[in-house]
Amino acid sequence: MVTLTIDGRVAKVPAGATVLDAARAIGVRIPTLCQHEALEPWGGCRLCLVDVTKKEWRGWQKMVVSCMFPAEDGLAVATATERVVATRKVVLDLLLARCPDTPLVQRLAHEHGIERTSYQPNPEPTDCVLCGLCTRVCDSIGVSAIATVDRGAGKEVAPPFHQPPPDCIGCLACAEVCPTDCIPYQTSDSARSIWGKTFTMVRCPHCGRAHITREQAAFYAGRGGVPESYFETCDACKRTQMAKTFTSLSAVR
Amino acid sequence: MRIESAAAYDELRRRAREEAAAHRQEILVCCGTGCLANGSMRVAEAFSKELQARGLTAEVGTFTKRTGCHGFCQRGPLVVIQPAGVLYTQVKPKDVPEICEKTVAGGTVIPRLLYKNPADKKRVEHYAEVPFYANQTRVAMRNIGKIDPTDITDAVAHDAWAGLVKAMLEMTPEQVIGEIERSGLRGRGGAGFVTARKWRACRNAEGERKFVVCNGDEGDPGAFKDRSIMEGDPHSVLEGIVIGAWAVGAHEGYIYVRDEYPLAVVNLTVAIEQARARGFLGKNILGTGFDFDVTISRGGGAFVCGESSALMRSLEGKVGEPRQKYVHATDKGLFDRPTVLNNVETWADVGAILLHGADWFAGMGTEKSKGAKAFSLVGKVKNTGLIELPMGMTLRDIVYGIGGGIIDDRPFKAVQTGGPSGGCVPEALLDLPVDYERLTEAGSMMGSGGMIVMDDRTCMVDVARYFLSFLIEESCGKCVPCREGLKQMLVIYDDLVAGRGKPGDIERIETLAAGMQLGSLCELGKSAPNPVLSTLRYFRSEYEAHIFARACPAGMCRDLTAYEIVPELCNGCHLCFKACPADAITGETKKVHTIHQEKCISCGACYDVCPTAGAVRFFPKNGAREREAV
Ligand SMILES: Cc1cc2nc3c(=O)[nH]c(=O)nc-3n(C[C@H](O)[C@H](O)[C@H](O)COP(=O)(O)O)c2cc1C
Ligand code: SF4
Ligand code: SF4
Ligand code: SF4
Ligand code: SF4
Ligand code: FES
Ligand code: FES
Repeated sequence: MVTLTIDGRVAKVPAGATVLDAARAIGVRIPTLCQHEALEPWGGCRLCLVDVTKKEWRGWQKMVVSCMFPAEDGLAVATATERVVATRKVVLDLLLARCPDTPLVQRLAHEHGIERTSYQPNPEPTDCVLCGLCTRVCDSIGVSAIATVDRGAGKEVAPPFHQPPPDCIGCLACAEVCPTDCIPYQTSDSARSIWGKTFTMVRCPHCGRAHITREQAAFYAGRGGVPESYFETCDACKRTQMAKTFTSLSAVR
Repeated sequence: MRIESAAAYDELRRRAREEAAAHRQEILVCCGTGCLANGSMRVAEAFSKELQARGLTAEVGTFTKRTGCHGFCQRGPLVVIQPAGVLYTQVKPKDVPEICEKTVAGGTVIPRLLYKNPADKKRVEHYAEVPFYANQTRVAMRNIGKIDPTDITDAVAHDAWAGLVKAMLEMTPEQVIGEIERSGLRGRGGAGFVTARKWRACRNAEGERKFVVCNGDEGDPGAFKDRSIMEGDPHSVLEGIVIGAWAVGAHEGYIYVRDEYPLAVVNLTVAIEQARARGFLGKNILGTGFDFDVTISRGGGAFVCGESSALMRSLEGKVGEPRQKYVHATDKGLFDRPTVLNNVETWADVGAILLHGADWFAGMGTEKSKGAKAFSLVGKVKNTGLIELPMGMTLRDIVYGIGGGIIDDRPFKAVQTGGPSGGCVPEALLDLPVDYERLTEAGSMMGSGGMIVMDDRTCMVDVARYFLSFLIEESCGKCVPCREGLKQMLVIYDDLVAGRGKPGDIERIETLAAGMQLGSLCELGKSAPNPVLSTLRYFRSEYEAHIFARACPAGMCRDLTAYEIVPELCNGCHLCFKACPADAITGETKKVHTIHQEKCISCGACYDVCPTAGAVRFFPKNGAREREAV
């Protein structure tokens, strides 16, 4: 365990935790946008900036992103110094210029006293804050169907060549993780579509629910070495079956 | 023959020097990228043929050598005839027979081909007396222009690899690091980090597998020092890398070369093979049992790939985007192993320091900035090119001494140093000694050694805008302050130069700049506001003129500037008429000329070409008929 202070309050967290983890553990709120507990931190949105210092630094402070900076013994974290607040406001002001109509961005900006951006609002408003969560979640599944393309000002999230991504399995993880819900998709009992690609749904042979795409079943099967048919049965029916098996087993015994 | 002892190296060098001395004369033809582009390969071929035909090769023992860049590409192709030391500039193949006859065989110079000093219009006979060269001190560039970069024997004749022999056969790794520490060597590629500190941290880091990496990405617009070093003396770079690898205990190394540098790749590849054959590289180096080898990697093509964490990502085969890291590369760098990354020039200094000693190196420079530093001197100076100077030389000596002063003797305005991460140093600081500390205090930085000289016809708002427009293309776009900040900063600057500036813009620039400096993920974004802030610091009144008077004091922003001809001063030379691309000027020879405002596109060509002082003048467009020159 390591012990540190955050805005004067003591936090104890296991070694390996980040400053953000420690803050959350004691209920200190730090705004974040590109962080997700299931994914490696990335450090792109810069909202979670804090000042850190240590006794032996003799008054020197360092501004770091709390989602990545490791919690260490003796660390003193300040989440709202003047320069942290000022920098965070610049970041939010810039994000609001990029995404003037996006409720999440508007709310975060509002919480920091910004109602209108001081910069030029995006002539082509978008809801994408480029937090990279979608591409990172897709990478973490092992599919990597989408990526950020271009650099600098023209950067965007897109499938290769802006065509329906050949590797996409239609799992919708990207759309679910997106903090601004800006990845459009459609799903029904018969079909699903995302990123311009259409998928056939597999129906559970027992209950008839459409719960997975054909591509998902094939991908999981290929990865786990388990026959595709295993994934066709939905989780609920698998559980019911399992329970039945146990019941009959115990009946036999 | 593999070298396995100091005696064997000395013997190799003795024979190499003997071989060189057998050439009674050497004709050094610059075959650096600049001179090649101007046809130096054909000049070299003409020499080989002509000397053969005249029997000079055998009789007089004359030898043609193709060298790397002499730094004075502006006057290329360059030819130096040794031992006389005669320098000929802008040599063409058709000049070759005359040179062979008069200079090589006859021992006389050809005045027409000599360098003409713009200061006194006199022709200079000897290489060493040309002011451009006379004031230089060469360390990293010690052998460039003297050796044939594809011939290790020639390099050894000029002491290549002697530093490695001394380090590995006479010293311990700790002693080597101590020597580098005492020399005061600091990084030549960016922030000037103390080299020995990196090496020691990597040596002390846990782990068997360690790396050394050479940063040859050189992405600053206009910079070419690293290219010239890799092309002109690849052995100096390799020697430094091997010494560093041995000192920190690394067995694998990478040289990351910018993709646009094919000749550097060729010359490095040749040098690597030759060094392996001599036992300077590869298995069992110098017979000590130490193994180390390097791989050349072609860069990803983006400026940001030169940033340390992005470069390592790129070497790992991933997208070259910077990564936020709170551990040092010397603990967890390439493939998460302890890694030393140094710039090409830093590596090239190492061998010389080992050979001549730390005191020799530390004897040059200022209190905290030791040795010599390469700069590319460009812009509005008479002599442009690549130079190496002792640290601490003043800007004045560089601009007026080596650079020969401002073109057309116009007034000096500023020097931009440090590339897109640097800043502009104004006239009031011309006596500033150039070193890491002084440049940083002045709001600029050393960076990789770019120096752009600007005259009074340079708009400082536009200069800042230029660097922003470069960076907006080069930002990787990962983090918000840099990606969105550059975009919005450029919006403000586009307004300023177009006369749409508003009160409060300066304050908005300052707030945004502070947010980018503190908030950005990597140094690209953190340092991107430097050109903005340094021009604001020294040229605030120019910003104010753009905003409040809608005027560009330098007369460079077209939307703000109008031109006219002063009838009393125009002598009717007709030059402006010929220069105008918009047919906006009327007038006959020897008669007064007139600019028609409705056609004029404010390009300034008439102003620049007019030989009569004051006959063409500019004034702010807004008060179009005020007739008040700014
Ligand atoms: C955007 C950016 C681009 C850079 N480009 C280069 C480069 O082209 N060459 C270089 O040597 N260093 C470059 N650097 C600096 C490197 O990150 C690193 O500090 C340097 O290579 C270390 O070597 P040194 O200590 O020998 O200077 C760059 C830094 C940034 C932030
Ligand atoms: S739906 Fe497609 S793009 Fe999105 S995470 Fe799943 S596989 Fe990746
Ligand atoms: S699409 Fe959504 S998840 Fe993906 S980068 Fe944009 S905002 Fe983030
Ligand atoms: S500062 Fe710029 S270049 Fe660096 S990570 Fe951020 S966006 Fe990329
Ligand atoms: S400024 Fe350019 S366009 Fe205008 S008169 Fe002069 S040369 Fe012609
Ligand atoms: S949450 Fe830490 S940088 Fe985005
Ligand atoms: S290439 Fe010849 S002087 Fe630079």
